[in-house]
Amino acid sequence: MFARNRALILKVFSAMIVFGAWEVAGRIPVSFAFPTFLESSAAFWTLLVDGTMLKAYIETLKPLVIGVLISAFIGIGLGLWIGLSRAFDWLISPIFVVMQTAPLAALIPLLVMAYGIGLTSKVFVVCIMAMPVIVLNTGGAVRNTSASLIEMGESFLGDRKDIILKIILPSAFPIIFAGLRLGVSAGFIGAILSELKITPTGVGDIITYSRSIADYPSMYAAIASIIILAVMFLNVLERIENYLSQGRRKALVAD
Amino acid sequence: MTGRIENAVTVHNVSKSYGDVEALRDLSLDFPRGQLTSLLGPSGCGKTTLLKIIAGLLPASSGEVFINGTPVTGPGADRAFVFQDFALMPWATVLRNVAFGLELRGVSRSEREAIAEKYIIEVGLKGFEHSFPHELSGGMRQRVGLARALSVDADVLLMDEPFSAVDEQTRRKFQEDLLGLVQNENKTFLFVTHSIEEAVYVSDQIAILLPRPSRVMEVIRPSGFRDRDVNSIRRDPEYLDIVDRIWASLKSYVE
Repeated sequence: MFARNRALILKVFSAMIVFGAWEVAGRIPVSFAFPTFLESSAAFWTLLVDGTMLKAYIETLKPLVIGVLISAFIGIGLGLWIGLSRAFDWLISPIFVVMQTAPLAALIPLLVMAYGIGLTSKVFVVCIMAMPVIVLNTGGAVRNTSASLIEMGESFLGDRKDIILKIILPSAFPIIFAGLRLGVSAGFIGAILSELKITPTGVGDIITYSRSIADYPSMYAAIASIIILAVMFLNVLERIENYLSQGRRKALVAD
Repeated sequence: MTGRIENAVTVHNVSKSYGDVEALRDLSLDFPRGQLTSLLGPSGCGKTTLLKIIAGLLPASSGEVFINGTPVTGPGADRAFVFQDFALMPWATVLRNVAFGLELRGVSRSEREAIAEKYIIEVGLKGFEHSFPHELSGGMRQRVGLARALSVDADVLLMDEPFSAVDEQTRRKFQEDLLGLVQNENKTFLFVTHSIEEAVYVSDQIAILLPRPSRVMEVIRPSGFRDRDVNSIRRDPEYLDIVDRIWASLKSYVE
């Protein structure tokens, strides 16, 4: 019984350690601005029940979903091209490497000047966060397709389209999906960052507002909700991936 | 062997350079129809390069290759390749892997699966149709590669060290099966190996290649033991003589 549920038990135990430490630290307290776990949970419940959180997330998810979708489509497309063409790789990859390392917070004022304080700027921030990892992962996976599999496709008379669709993309699939997962996590950071740095809307508004009125439990509840949502989102993505590869992902890794 | 031997494959003055490195120089060689010819030589002698030029996977720098009198310009339906590393798609079942050559040729699903099924049985993998490559042993994987090459029904089978990645016992079984295949299938086999014993055991004709730049040193045609029982070949005096002779001439090229 224990062996079967060991993973679950250990996960719950791990959460208990973190929440317990939080509760203790809040009770000492380490800072008057640091609420206990129980206070934060109560605030979380209030925000959830009165609908504030739902409304906030509808607002927050707009730039996130739009940005992640754009990043996924353009990112996988560009990554495929980068992986297939050396010249295109040299031309395009540096842009994304720079994008990945650029301090985004410093770029936000420029984006605001160019695109205003509306949705466009926020989508941009999400894209800047999410796209590089998707592009670079896809590019790397495509470039590293086993040379002998490609030769196999050529020798059995596959044309370029067959080889891309039937060999390169399926073989790159697990790593493309890993890039997508990382892209979504980065997109989450981007969406929250844009709400804190551009205009406080959605869950960023809850954070900013609760901080300004010193309602720290609500502020921590909002932050915790972001983490919970991000983890749920990644879980859903993993389920989709497992469904699409029908459990063959592990086999691919083992090979 | 009566009458004129017709050649299924003719290599005429083929050279291949990679930049300054000369891999093949003015190599000419004939491959008689319906027989198995080995390309034997120390590593780095360009055997695989020659095989890939014949397959149309690599362009020759100069010279020509003819398949049944037609010059090679790229991969063709008249040739099928068996890869050293098997080149199986890890995400596809045995059935799909075997049928993949036909799939790329646009054969309908039911038809190609029926053909694949027949060859899966022929190579002794009945019952493994829906297994994935990672669930099979090395020897079984190469049987999948062999079934895939057989199922496209090409005149010429190009085998690039097909048994080098399987264990010794499996390898011996493969060699015996290969002799049966040469007898029963009316195909021409080109077989790259670095094992002297293997080459002498399976070949109607052995071309010994020397390295840097690669050239044909000698063509040997064992005659006495080919019609004997497969189990007595390794005790045949001619077999032992030829193995010794080849070793004596190759010895000086081995570092």
